[in-house]
Amino acid sequence: MIDKVVSSVEEAVAGVPQGATVMIGGFGRAGQPVELIDALIAQGASDLTIVSNNAGNGDVGLAALLSARRVRKIVCSFPRQSDSWVFDRLYRESAIELELVPQGNLAERIRAGGTGIGAFFTPTGAGTLLADGKEAREIDGRLYVLEYPIQADFALISAHKADRWGNLVYRKTARNFGPIMAAAATTSVAQVDEVVPLGAIDSEGVVTPSIFMQRVVKVPERQWLHDGKFVGRVDIEGQPRERATGTGAPGGSQ
Amino acid sequence: MTKLSRDEVAQQIAEAIPDGAFVNLGIGAPTLVANHLPETLEIILHTENGMLGMGAAPEEDQVDPDLINAGKQAVTERDGAAYFHQADSFGMMRGGHLDVCVLGAFQVSENGDLANWSTGARGAIPAVGGAMDLAIGAKEVYVMTDLLTKNNESKLVVACSYPLTGVACVSRVYTEYAVFDVTSEGFAVTKLFGDNTIELLNSLTGLALIDATTPAGLDERKGR
Repeated sequence: MIDKVVSSVEEAVAGVPQGATVMIGGFGRAGQPVELIDALIAQGASDLTIVSNNAGNGDVGLAALLSARRVRKIVCSFPRQSDSWVFDRLYRESAIELELVPQGNLAERIRAGGTGIGAFFTPTGAGTLLADGKEAREIDGRLYVLEYPIQADFALISAHKADRWGNLVYRKTARNFGPIMAAAATTSVAQVDEVVPLGAIDSEGVVTPSIFMQRVVKVPERQWLHDGKFVGRVDIEGQPRERATGTGAPGGSQ
Repeated sequence: MTKLSRDEVAQQIAEAIPDGAFVNLGIGAPTLVANHLPETLEIILHTENGMLGMGAAPEEDQVDPDLINAGKQAVTERDGAAYFHQADSFGMMRGGHLDVCVLGAFQVSENGDLANWSTGARGAIPAVGGAMDLAIGAKEVYVMTDLLTKNNESKLVVACSYPLTGVACVSRVYTEYAVFDVTSEGFAVTKLFGDNTIELLNSLTGLALIDATTPAGLDERKGR
């Protein structure tokens, strides 16, 4: 019998070693596995290389991991945001290394990492600063840059539903990097709103097939959902709207 | 001298987008174009964080943090919308499946080079996101920008001084004064707004612009 469901977020991130490469899903706050990141902070691994599209928002999730000084290097496409003050400070102090990768190349490098591709030529970035020092080749009259895959020891992602085999479905644009990161890591961990019985996910609708997943953990349902249905009444950060209106502080810390 | 408002420029771009087109609107001013796309047409908006069929902003109590655009703002889905992961989303771009993409710019050069991701300023925190993929991916890359910087320097240039986003990728530039096509001979003015003249634009940009606003001008261009 296969049962990848673990009972706590602590168990879900157990064994992340010092110096590990960890992929973290999410685009901004959407799909960011905040509970798993909090568990990783508590778990204590440091000197990490993080692969993620952004470099944290506000003071929670990835930003909190950076703030705890657990991250040596971050590979991402868009670190600078209106609420990325934690990363900004560390970067200015030269306390974190940044590898800046165009978003499509980041996605394709992760995809390649999970699918056995040795390297690939991409037109994105050709002739720009971000291709400096990289092998370039003209193919059919167009310039391409050689990019290498990215793999990780762990992938921490957020999905909507899972079964005990680890089949996953996502919710809307929170899917973003989840499926490709799941395939590119040795140990892929998903936090989900709901664990459903085997067979309850429509086989035609499985987005991440179970073979890519090693661990699944249920976390409290997100504030804007109730029994899997969207109920709203939150701001873009997922905070109850009454409170957000009261403080009038978009992007403010908590 | 005539200067269109940003909304009027957005309207000009919207009018150039045909029914059935797949379109990506970049972060910032280009998002205004969405407000001018006629509801009678089926123009499908792509957002690079993983969606086709993006709709307008939701009512306040219907904000869904799982449903955002590339600018990380709340959006809605239209009937027929589809979600996909990042590799598929950028595959759509790189694979040339998008018909039109509209981007902002710091500079555009005569051969269509685009600079819009970094001013190269010391100490600035770099961020590129999907800009380089968008620049080289769509069939038509339209730039929506003010013609001049705050210091009255032309954003249309012979060669970009800022770091490039993409090489020879821009097809057309919409500004508040006029519309410019990138041609093998340089910028061609295809539409002048109000009482603006080629002479005015030559003096504002310091470039020798091709007049393609009249049928004669177009013929001359094609004849070369």
